[in-house]
Amino acid sequence: MSYILDQEQLDGLEEALTTDLMTLGIQSVILIDMAGNVIVNLDDGKVRHDVYSLAALAAGNFGAVSAMASIIGEEEFSLLFHKGKSENINFTKIMDDFLLVSIFGNDVSLGYLRLKIDEVIKKIKVLIEQTRST
Amino acid sequence: MAFINTKTKEVQVKLVFVGPGRGGKTTNLEYIFSRIRHRIESDMVSIKTQGDRTLFFDFLPFELGAIKGYNVKTQLYTVPGQVKYNATRKLVLKGVDGIVFVADSMVDRRENNINALNNLTENLKFYDIDIADLPLVFQYNKRDLATEGIPILDVESMEKDLNAQLKAPSFTASALKGDNVIPTVKKAISITLVGIRDKLL
Ligand SMILES: Nc1nc2c(ncn2[C@@H]2O[C@H](COP(=O)(O)OP(=O)(O)OP(=O)(O)O)[C@@H](O)[C@H]2O)c(=O)[nH]1
Ligand SMILES: [Mg+2]
Repeated sequence: MSYILDQEQLDGLEEALTTDLMTLGIQSVILIDMAGNVIVNLDDGKVRHDVYSLAALAAGNFGAVSAMASIIGEEEFSLLFHKGKSENINFTKIMDDFLLVSIFGNDVSLGYLRLKIDEVIKKIKVLIEQTRST
Repeated sequence: MAFINTKTKEVQVKLVFVGPGRGGKTTNLEYIFSRIRHRIESDMVSIKTQGDRTLFFDFLPFELGAIKGYNVKTQLYTVPGQVKYNATRKLVLKGVDGIVFVADSMVDRRENNINALNNLTENLKFYDIDIADLPLVFQYNKRDLATEGIPILDVESMEKDLNAQLKAPSFTASALKGDNVIPTVKKAISITLVGIRDKLL
């Protein structure tokens, strides 16, 4: 089993993530699938994270948190956010199979970022729904 | 589930090392890492207990050539082999494209091998995957123990225990010494790519 995203979809995803999120001054945003594959990876040019390791850990972490939720009878925990001294990381699930990982400094307001994430997710859904599953 | 990126011309596949606890899954990845560390930027990621047992997974990105102009990026994972860690073991299998089953050749690990294979079959069912449909390679590990006079299972009986029905490719190996580790992973990647090849434009 595999799935393909074509040039147009990937361009659309990059554009949406750039205009809606990167312009807020966030450090990086990574769109991954729940298997840990990296779909889109954008950063502000100042940092270089080990994106593939991050993706593997993010997918695992998200899976672990979801599994904990189901053990205690919750469908899922809506807030997935880790706060650091200067950098923070936020996870947002998109449909069942994708995860948006946003890394940002304290100068960015979490509330506003969440709002923008909600907006961009709508665009991402439209783009991804045209995916060919093979 | 493999991801084909037509923009960066990249295929990402997920290969998971599965098998009984202490069978040598992590040692396989450590050996591969030692061979490629000079040419990759990332580190091997290990989530483990203080006693070096895998708690969640090990992770190592492994790039191996190209097919039809697409770079093949294989994400190598190990699962925890210990019976009690099934919850995390199951999570790592999400989206798996291919399996290396690392069996322990030590005589007293025979039952553990069989149980681990049954557990894998069960966990794959959870994701609606029939083990017979998934690219799979067996590795009969720790063959070096024979030279130290430690009794090991013969290959025929391991094949009979584990591979009689699946009839998957198999290798004898020593992850500790590095014998046949690279051929095992190369074979697993190549059979995993068989189904994906035709989808590349
Ligand atoms: N002699 C010998 N020892 C090995 C070999 N491969 C692994 N070992 C040893 O077996 C022990 C367990 O190896 P690991 O790689 O940690 O096993 P694992 O399958 O990752 O174990 P879990 O994480 O608990 O599932 C270690 O002490 C290794 O050095 C081998 O080929 N030969
Ligand atoms: Mg291990």
